[in-house]
Amino acid sequence: MTEGQHLQIILRLGDDALVLGQRLSAWCGHGPILEEDIALSNTALDLIGQARNFYTLAAAREDQGRDENQLAFFRADNEFQNHLLLEQPNGHFGDTIARQFFFSAFALERYAFLSRQLVDAEVAGIAAKAVKELQYHWEHAAQWILRLGDGTTESHEKVQASIDDLWSYTGEFFHPDEVDEAGAEAGILPDLAVIRKAWNARVEACLSQATLTRPEDGWMQHGGKQGIHSEHLSYMLAEMQVLPRTYPDATW
Amino acid sequence: MSSTQHEWPLWEVFIRSRQGLGHKHAGSLHAADAAMAIQNARDVYTRRQEGVSIWVVPAEAITASSPDDKEVMFDPANDKVYRHPTFYKLPDEVNNM
Repeated sequence: MTEGQHLQIILRLGDDALVLGQRLSAWCGHGPILEEDIALSNTALDLIGQARNFYTLAAAREDQGRDENQLAFFRADNEFQNHLLLEQPNGHFGDTIARQFFFSAFALERYAFLSRQLVDAEVAGIAAKAVKELQYHWEHAAQWILRLGDGTTESHEKVQASIDDLWSYTGEFFHPDEVDEAGAEAGILPDLAVIRKAWNARVEACLSQATLTRPEDGWMQHGGKQGIHSEHLSYMLAEMQVLPRTYPDATW
Repeated sequence: MSSTQHEWPLWEVFIRSRQGLGHKHAGSLHAADAAMAIQNARDVYTRRQEGVSIWVVPAEAITASSPDDKEVMFDPANDKVYRHPTFYKLPDEVNNM
C-alpha cells in the first residue's frame, strides 16, 4: 500500500459518510412524523461527524495546508470517491430506508473490521466510535424494513420497489479496485468477499422476515470509487458547496 | 390511509439519568409499538446524553388521579409535618435523599 493509497482509503471513508449525511440532512423538517424526523437528523449528524473525523485525519496526513472544510466544500464531483448508492436521491421514505438499510449493513461490518485492525490506530479509533452509531443506524433501518415490508399491501409494494431499484448499486461495495486490494493486503481494509458474506446474511435474514424478495444478483453499477458518478452527485454538491464557495471566509 | 389509522398510540417516556437514581418522566411520544417507542425515545429524549436507561409505558395504561379530588387526596397531609424526616440529621455521605 502506497502512502497515496492509504490517504485515499481515509478520504473514501469520509466521502461515504459525508454524501449520505448530506442526503439524509434534507429530511430535516420533512420526516413522516416528528420522532422519525429527529431519528433521521440524528443519523445524518452521526455520519457528518464521522466524515469530519476522517477528513481531519486525511488533511493532517496529506499536509497540504487543507482542512476538513476544504476537503468537503472545495473538491469537485469527480474528486469524491463515495459509493454510488449514497448519492442516489432520497425519493420517498421507503427509498431512503432501503438505501440506509443496504449501506448500514455494509458500513457496520466495515467499521467493525476497521476498529480491530492494527495498521492505523487513528482510523481504528474513529471506527470504534462509529461502529456504535452504525449499530443503531442498522437497527433503525432494519426495523423499518420489517414494518414496511410486513405492513400494508401498499407499504410492502412500495418498499419492495425501493429494494429492487437500489439493488444494482449494492454490488459496488464488494467490487475491489486496486486501492481496496492494496488496503486489504496491508491489513487496513477487510477482504470484501468476507464482508459480502456477512452483508448477505444480514440483509437476507431481514428481507425474508419482512416478507420481501431479495432481488437476483444481476448487472451492477460501478464507478463511484473512481470518481465516476451518477448525475445526482453534482446537483447535491452544488447545493452543499455553494455557500462556502461564494463566501469562502463565511463564519457564523 | 384514514386519519384514525394515521394516529399512532401515545407513549409516556421515563428516563434514568444516572445509575442509582429512579426513572423520571421525560415526556411523551407517538409510536406504533413498544420497540419503536424505545427507539424514538432514544432519539427524542437522550440525544444529549440524558440517560442510561429508558422505560416506555402506553399512555392509556396510566390511571391518573382526578384534579377534582385534589383536596381530598392531598390536603389532609398539610398539618402533618411529623411525616417529614426533617428531625433527623443525615450524614453528608448520603446524597439524593
